[in-house]
Amino acid sequence: MSEAVTIKGIREGLLVTLTEAGPWTAVLAELEQRLTANPAFFKGGRVILEVGDRPLDEAAIRQVRDLLVRHDVLLLALHGRDEGTVAASRALGLTQEISSASSGSRFPPSPEEAVQETGLVIQRTLRSGQRIEYPGHIIILGDVNPGAEIVAGGHVIVWGRLQGTVHAGAGGNERAVVCALDLAPTQLRIGSYITRSPEERRREPQPEMAMVQDGQIVATPWAHHEFSKAAR
Amino acid sequence: MAARILVVTSGKGGVGKTTAVANLSAALAQLGKQVVAVDADIGLRNLDVVMGLENRIVYDLVDVVEGRCKLRQALIRDKRLSGLFLLPAAQTRDKTAVSPTDMVRLTDQLRSHFDFILIDSPAGIERGFRNALAPADEVLIITNPEVAAVRDADRIIGLIEAEGKGPGRLIINRIKPEMVQRGDMLTTADVVEILAIPLIGIVPEDETILVSTNRGVPAVLNGRSPAGQAFRNIARRLLGEEVPFLPLTPSGGFLQRLKRLAFGGGTEGGV
Repeated sequence: MSEAVTIKGIREGLLVTLTEAGPWTAVLAELEQRLTANPAFFKGGRVILEVGDRPLDEAAIRQVRDLLVRHDVLLLALHGRDEGTVAASRALGLTQEISSASSGSRFPPSPEEAVQETGLVIQRTLRSGQRIEYPGHIIILGDVNPGAEIVAGGHVIVWGRLQGTVHAGAGGNERAVVCALDLAPTQLRIGSYITRSPEERRREPQPEMAMVQDGQIVATPWAHHEFSKAAR
Repeated sequence: MAARILVVTSGKGGVGKTTAVANLSAALAQLGKQVVAVDADIGLRNLDVVMGLENRIVYDLVDVVEGRCKLRQALIRDKRLSGLFLLPAAQTRDKTAVSPTDMVRLTDQLRSHFDFILIDSPAGIERGFRNALAPADEVLIITNPEVAAVRDADRIIGLIEAEGKGPGRLIINRIKPEMVQRGDMLTTADVVEILAIPLIGIVPEDETILVSTNRGVPAVLNGRSPAGQAFRNIARRLLGEEVPFLPLTPSGGFLQRLKRLAFGGGTEGGV
């Protein structure tokens, strides 16, 4: 049974993806089926519709919106690649933006290949309560004290001791890295991955680079690292 | 006489700001200076209690600001130490009763009559802290050798640096050498490494402090109190004297490192 309708839970609510193939009426019928099969699940929910290349006019969009409303579901946004669809949904007052899925970030999602090449250099120690946010790379010449926060769309490089919380690749770029001379953050995120420092940290600090490998964040000491992995 | 205005602040509550203000004021007065201690903790005043002057309060800082009395009428003269005065806070109001501008105007009036104005800041980073900080020429950051206190002190230092009143000087209070030796307590070096500001004093944990604050007799008046001795030393350092730090452990190496931290002048961490 091929699925005309796929439903995925995301931070903002439910992402409902409707197939581009086949007649609209069939898609609506399947959607209705899903809604009536499990009313409790959908009731009061918020939905972002993804229709891909399917061209939809205002009437069609009204149909799906009304269908959802009948099942007590709010249509938050409709995302489509067809210009006509976009225009029609805008005319009905729907937004097109689906904010970046699980990371809940404030930067537009950037494709992995197009990491912004601009960097911000800060030449002082960041103290508790100070926060730096920047869509490109962030370089700190100094320490990052516990209680300080760094959020970068690109890499984060700390020429000092990193003890605060850090989020690299905050726009969704999971190839971003975090480097520090002493990598000991309270919390470290790359893209949508999150981790924290291991409990035992009494050993001598050494330069490390953290990156996502095989579905988790791994920190490797400088001496053993191959920079070519990160450079792309 | 143009007074130096110092604020003693910490971020975290309960680390020893009020005790430090009471003792430093008394110690400076003992050294012959004209000192007024100002309690900026409106609504939760404690400086009067710790100095043993609470039953002589008729007017307070808020009365002065709101024009109900003259500044002179609100000042309480300490009967044990000539040259020592207290301007108490109000207990029945709160920190919104006074603004940073009010505080500056107030201390401007006091400046020509005293050598030192010591302001006891409340805990926190809100209005009360801002009130206390506004008139200050110099900032003394007081902290305990424990993670939460140091975290808050770091925040405060960031805030005062942003106001252009940084970096301030550090007092580490309530240090317990036995715990430090066992590795159960942050060392002085640990604290200074994070906060990266010049160290002006280390005060050991001392039972006599509790007795002194309860009785309203500052510990500097007690010759046998180690904390009192430490505060007296800080007062002398405030006057520009080079006073070696009290030996907290028998290890000479430790003392050498402390001396370097205090007088070396350099700070690390790119501040």
